[in-house]
Amino acid sequence: MAAPQLLVHDKKDTVGVVAVEGLKAGTNMLCVITANNSSFRLKSKMDVPIGHKVALVDIKTGDTVWKYGQDIGKAVSNIKKGEHVHVHNLKTKRW
Amino acid sequence: MAKGNGKTKRNGKQSFWGWRRENGRVGVRNHVIILPLDDLSNAACEAVANNIKGTLAIPHAYGRLQFGEDLELHFRTLIGTGSNPNVAAVVVIGIEDGWTKRVVDGIKKTGKPVTGFGIEGTGDIMTVAKASRVAKDYLQWASELQREECGVEDLWVSTKCGESDTTTGLASCPTVGNMYDKLIPKGIYGVFGETSEITGAEHLAKARAINSKVGEKWMKTWQAYEDDVIQAHKTDDLSESQPTKGNIAGGLTTIEEKALGNLEKIGRKCQYIDVLEPAEAPRKGPGLYYMDTSSAAAECVTLMAAGGYAVHTFPTGQGNVIGNPIVPVIKISGNPKTIRTMSEHIDVDVSGILRREQTISQAGDSLIDMIMRTANGRLTAAESLGHREFVLTKLYRSA
Repeated sequence: MAAPQLLVHDKKDTVGVVAVEGLKAGTNMLCVITANNSSFRLKSKMDVPIGHKVALVDIKTGDTVWKYGQDIGKAVSNIKKGEHVHVHNLKTKRW
Repeated sequence: MAKGNGKTKRNGKQSFWGWRRENGRVGVRNHVIILPLDDLSNAACEAVANNIKGTLAIPHAYGRLQFGEDLELHFRTLIGTGSNPNVAAVVVIGIEDGWTKRVVDGIKKTGKPVTGFGIEGTGDIMTVAKASRVAKDYLQWASELQREECGVEDLWVSTKCGESDTTTGLASCPTVGNMYDKLIPKGIYGVFGETSEITGAEHLAKARAINSKVGEKWMKTWQAYEDDVIQAHKTDDLSESQPTKGNIAGGLTTIEEKALGNLEKIGRKCQYIDVLEPAEAPRKGPGLYYMDTSSAAAECVTLMAAGGYAVHTFPTGQGNVIGNPIVPVIKISGNPKTIRTMSEHIDVDVSGILRREQTISQAGDSLIDMIMRTANGRLTAAESLGHREFVLTKLYRSA
């Protein structure tokens, strides 16, 4: 298999992790779900650094964001599929 | 087979060459340490280590006017450090004789050579002279101790990750988890901790206890940290402390996300059998333990070393550079950028996991190989670079 640009932990997840340096907007990313080794394609809407997250679906303000098949916090603005997900649009539900 | 390649076998089993101490525990290093009771004794300890080349002073910031639980932890950490099997012999120096003797007596229970010196009434110069003579005797004695072949079950391996990012949850933490899934059934002792950093994954951590009693004990420990430390002292949502600025640069956004990656270090099958106080030695036999620690790297590794763990596995994403004076700290990273920019700090490169060129199981095997090589004497990156971070955990202000 070619090296993927995006890795997703679990099929329930709504975000994936960029696995390559220098990912550009408009890349037709090969995405792999590590839990079952299945793959799909997704177009990145932005330049996103390695290790940072990309939305796999449209996410609305207040929605729970899922990674590892688990709740990792809530969206604090609307996020479109393919956009960068980080501290500007995702916050903890704790503390 | 040749010694030192990590593939030695004894009766067909994995083995390594270590120093078996008086109490039966096995060390993978052979340090003679000069241990200060308190901050005031650092100068004398450093002078002794300067006189006697090959001994190691372990200066620290505390030890005066502590009381209660905080004082107990101070003694437990110092006694545990001296008792660690990576230490052959100990010279303790304190400002006065009473508390110095308490540390000496604690270490003496292991049967290893230990002598204490008090500075009051003698002064630094005479104390350094007397302590240096003892340190020289200990060093020459230790230099003739021979390694012997030991089974993998003699290993005590701790873990804690640092400067995590999303690659630690994908690659380096599951690598450690795979190592534990393979070595815990062979009879090693393991330990994980970082209480505040399980926040968001506490339901998963509780479920990994061997039984509901241990699970409840864990939950009580986590809740106490949440209530007495985090909620009692926070001034904001900890958004630059947990996750750290480094975590955020690496793509981690929330404590929940960080916690889920962190917990990958205990693999898929391991269950922890007890919950330890900070720096407490395990008492329930081989297996995985939880230790109540902060998530600050040097504090956590210092407490685990004081609990008796002899090798540390440290997954990092963005490139934490930590070491420890007495325990080799093996760094594992799956971040290709960190491998490229900070290669001198990394012992095990698992970035192949991100490219799908390496499975988690293959990465786990490469870590086990590095643990055995390190136990056989290979210096870690942190040891080669002189990283000796020794940081005592202080629970509250002194009296």
